[in-house]
Amino acid sequence: MTGPSTGTDAVTGPSTEADAVTDPSASEAAAGVEAASDAAAAAGGAAPDAVPVLSVRGLSVRFRMRGGAHVAAVTDARFELAAGECLALVGESGCGKSVLASALLGLLPENAETAGSAFLADGTDLLTADERTLARTVRGRRVGLVPQSPAAHLTPVRTVRSQLEETLRELTGVRRPELRKAGEAAAERAAFPLGHLDRYPHELSGGLAQRAATALALIGDAPLLLADEPTTGLDRELVDRTVDELRRHVGDDRALLMITHDLAAAERIADRVAVMYASRIVEIADAADFFGEPGPRHPYARGLLNALPEREFTPIPGMPPELSALPEGCAFAARCERADEACRSVPALPLSGAACHHPVAPALEAPRA
Amino acid sequence: MLELRSLTAGYDRRAPVVRDVNLTVAPGESVGLLGPSGCGKSTLARVAALLHRPDRGQVVIDGEPAHGWRHRAPRSQRTAFGVVFQQPRLAADPRLTLTQLIAEPLRATGRAAEVTDRVRELARTVGLGEDLLGRRPHEVSDGQLQRACLARALVLRPRWLICDEMTAMLDASTTAALVTAVENYRADSGAGLLAVGHDKVLLERWCDRTVHWDELTRA
Ligand code: SF4
Repeated sequence: MTGPSTGTDAVTGPSTEADAVTDPSASEAAAGVEAASDAAAAAGGAAPDAVPVLSVRGLSVRFRMRGGAHVAAVTDARFELAAGECLALVGESGCGKSVLASALLGLLPENAETAGSAFLADGTDLLTADERTLARTVRGRRVGLVPQSPAAHLTPVRTVRSQLEETLRELTGVRRPELRKAGEAAAERAAFPLGHLDRYPHELSGGLAQRAATALALIGDAPLLLADEPTTGLDRELVDRTVDELRRHVGDDRALLMITHDLAAAERIADRVAVMYASRIVEIADAADFFGEPGPRHPYARGLLNALPEREFTPIPGMPPELSALPEGCAFAARCERADEACRSVPALPLSGAACHHPVAPALEAPRA
Repeated sequence: MLELRSLTAGYDRRAPVVRDVNLTVAPGESVGLLGPSGCGKSTLARVAALLHRPDRGQVVIDGEPAHGWRHRAPRSQRTAFGVVFQQPRLAADPRLTLTQLIAEPLRATGRAAEVTDRVRELARTVGLGEDLLGRRPHEVSDGQLQRACLARALVLRPRWLICDEMTAMLDASTTAALVTAVENYRADSGAGLLAVGHDKVLLERWCDRTVHWDELTRA
């Protein structure tokens, strides 16, 4: 999907001010630091006793458009991430997942309005921190970004070595003469071949550019890694290698939020999966349950999985609604064979499970193709 | 029959990325060409679609050897191909509405009168809502834009389709939808297909047969 800076997600219309304001979890944001630890207990993350690395509650992002219209790109997202955990946020292009990532990095365009909170373990709220704080203490240091298109993220006119060294200088204070060695160590960590360090980004293959970008993202030892479509355009083998490496970097102490449309990559890396549709997270599930038995419970998530060529290879009929013109009630209703009267109200998302009035019951499970 | 005979091609004559490749696609057949990125398979796809002149070798389209490439190709040969690339944003003129984008080949071949009917019909074929047709590329998602690019590739009813990583950027459902649209068109028209990609599972599910890049270049 196109990055939020190009605004593809943002190009179209409305939603109401009320969304954000009446959202019950939005007010909890005011509770500040405590909310982060409350959330750990409340949402029953992987380690209920520990403060989550990231705790997102009631996160909504809307874009103000010309003519007073609004686009609801993210509506009331809630999830948490424990240390050592990988959460894959999956969904199709334009569902709002990249906007969510941008919100966590404080990289939303001017016309964005946010509500809710996104606390790091140290109490920093990524949504309310000012740009100076974000630039000086958050991006790179507490949240490392593995970008969507590494080639675009790397500075084209400088070699990989000089970019690694500059980031090291900035984030770790290493100075010459140690810098050269530190740069090489940073490259090795991401399995970037030292023989290519003096190359420019355009001279790198997609896989190597991805590693260079990953090396940069790892330098600050940030506890939260955010990977935005890190495998787009890579070959399957390279996808596997990239996500395996990311997994390895997560280890026991970090957390990874991976945003992707690649379900195979998600299956390979994730402990838990969150599925986003038309600006909302519609299902959060344990990855093994989701990809294996009993499978997804939300009809959309189930359809998405069944569209895979290794499964039924059948598309979900129709297309998602425009974020500028979301219907009342469940946004999937127009495409859902289970839709009925009840679906005129927006189904709530449980802490684990599907936001659906008629979720697919495990008993009705069709055999996996 | 689409025959690629002893093709050598690239961007630097001293270092061709395609070396002496032979590949044949029978009428109505679908062939998946599998290979890692950067291996030269996209260059081969461009040569096959008459978009890139090879250094050596021949492209023979239904018995006729190609003599020209790009705008120098005779219209009858150029229009025998419909091509879809990986990145719709690079392939679509940002100033055009989706309707204009889809209709471009019709206008270029003096068939403007057919635009309204054909665009409406194709929008249905590729699953593009009519409300989107007046939008410009930046106002639609990648998946929607790729649907429009497929519609454009089909608008002249080509005998051969070349899909170069058509779905690499897309989610599973949009991928399945686009492949279904291609297959419906082929069932209806008898067109042959060369689908180039790196996703083995996808190409094996989609195509009658798949060949690996290594097999082509080793021979
Ligand atoms: S809430 Fe209703 S319309 Fe929405 S997914 Fe569930 S059954 Fe379908």
